[in-house]
Amino acid sequence: MSDYNFAYLDEQTKRMIRRAILKGLAIPGYQVPFASREMPMPYGWGTGGVQVSAAVLTPDDTFKVIDQGADDTTNAVSIRRFFQKTAGIAVTEATADASVIQTRHRIPEQVLRSDQIIVYQVPIPEPLRFLEPSEVETRKMHSLEEYGLMHVKLYEDISQHGDIATAYAYPVKVEGRYVMDPSPIPKFDNPKLEMAGIQLFGAGREQRIYAIPPYTKVVSLDFEDYPFQPTKADHACDLCAATDSYLDELIVDDEGSRMFMCSDTDYCSTRRKQGHNGAQGVPYAEDAA
Amino acid sequence: MTPLLQVENIAKFYGARIGCTDVSFDLYPGEVMGIVGESGSGKSTLLNCLAGHLTPDDGSVQFDTRAEGLRDTITMSEPERRMLSRTDWAFVHQHARDGLRMNVSAGGNVGERLMAINARHYGDIRGSAIDWLGRVEISEDRIDDRPTAFSGGMQQRLQIARNLVTGPRLVFMDEPTGGLDVSVQARLLDLLRGLVREMNLSAIIVTHDLAVVRLLADRLMVMKDGHVIETGLTDQVLDDPQHAYTQLLVSSVLQV
Ligand SMILES: Nc1ncnc2c1ncn2[C@@H]1O[C@H](COP(=O)(O)OP(=O)(O)OP(=O)(O)O)[C@@H](O)[C@H]1O
Ligand SMILES: [Mg+2]
Repeated sequence: MSDYNFAYLDEQTKRMIRRAILKGLAIPGYQVPFASREMPMPYGWGTGGVQVSAAVLTPDDTFKVIDQGADDTTNAVSIRRFFQKTAGIAVTEATADASVIQTRHRIPEQVLRSDQIIVYQVPIPEPLRFLEPSEVETRKMHSLEEYGLMHVKLYEDISQHGDIATAYAYPVKVEGRYVMDPSPIPKFDNPKLEMAGIQLFGAGREQRIYAIPPYTKVVSLDFEDYPFQPTKADHACDLCAATDSYLDELIVDDEGSRMFMCSDTDYCSTRRKQGHNGAQGVPYAEDAA
Repeated sequence: MTPLLQVENIAKFYGARIGCTDVSFDLYPGEVMGIVGESGSGKSTLLNCLAGHLTPDDGSVQFDTRAEGLRDTITMSEPERRMLSRTDWAFVHQHARDGLRMNVSAGGNVGERLMAINARHYGDIRGSAIDWLGRVEISEDRIDDRPTAFSGGMQQRLQIARNLVTGPRLVFMDEPTGGLDVSVQARLLDLLRGLVREMNLSAIIVTHDLAVVRLLADRLMVMKDGHVIETGLTDQVLDDPQHAYTQLLVSSVLQV
């Protein structure tokens, strides 16, 4: 571990990233450009999030990484190992025990506290990109608060699908000012964006950092007659019986039998440890081995 | 009566080359001004200076704003000018694809200006889009089609609907019938004439087609080499041209 500077990046670079983070916190939802560094992993593997995590981690932190809610996917495991190796920090799978959580595509079910930081991996930070390819023009739209185009996207959704079909990366307006892409979290998670923790967003390839400070107002865009709805599968978790968590649907055999289970693996196993048991679940102790 | 637009001494140069120079005129509410002249005479340059797309090197363009009366649109802040562009002003481009979002449905194209001024009721926005498609003779069942599936004439009518949906007070048009078949042009002209009258629109239309100004314009400005060489009521200028160049222009067209 002594081969690396703490958390891989040199102190100069971390200072530069921290300045971008502070600016982002001062202007909620505003995309701050930063000089993204080469990381020992390809773009698309969360290099933006990794750089933000590297800049905020301290030796006392406990780190958790999730990918689509799970701690045990290749991506999550490799990022967790990366910081174990380069920063020697403690890691955990328990949301409640983590002080810094890096995530791809989910917000944990358990409500985050004011002493926690969540770092999102962002592929495309610009919410207006869909309809306006010009970066110069989208910057102007942000600076002049010209956001009509965002509703054109929702209009197109309704006219094509009969409803707002956007299910991920659902655009929000932050503190009544900047329209922001919350990264590809399911819209079910959008209400959680108003939280006590600090939220940091890092886009490596596009070299942008943005942030939502604690207790910031975050409104999902919608129409009066098509109000925003944080939908999820209308089902309970088959393992832990939770009815309030975001579910993944699995096909479990050749006959096409389905199973719904929490996408947040820590939430699910915590509930099962507490004795909750879903329709297809077995009591926790029995399958723990 | 206060003019809607008061143009004084507008000049625009491209390096040493004159784009247009010494242009002054007043446009009154409900009036349609035609600008004619040969290719390269400075028509588009002038129109773009008036509409805020180009910054002139000299002169002023005063617009009678709803809130504060006459304001110089050249010196006003960019947000104010962009706000005018999507509320009280409209700009119809010669090529519809420059004025449309080709990857958005016809309904979305018409609705965009409404959403830009904070319309937030889908049903109402769609209702307006249907109404405006009807007014430009596009059938309601094309509302969810993209403009790429439309003919040139339909695209141009869609562009007009998209521009007029917010009830602008001043419409800038650069060769709105250019590049269309003659029969398609005639239908578009009829439509434009109807809308101009019905909505009591003020407009500035650039064209090199004298038939267009004959049909639409109350007044005419003839340009050559960046200068205005003759102005007057349309019929007067066309039937009794004073300047030698205008005489040539009128006679050459009549011979065609
Ligand atoms: N971007 C530019 N850079 C340099 N010169 C230009 C530019 N645009 C126009 N010009 C020149 O300015 C003069 C006026 O051009 P403008 O496009 O205004 O004419 P126009 O009357 O609209 O012509 P047309 O009927 O062909 O559209 C011409 O000499 C033209 O070559
Ligand atoms: Mg031109």
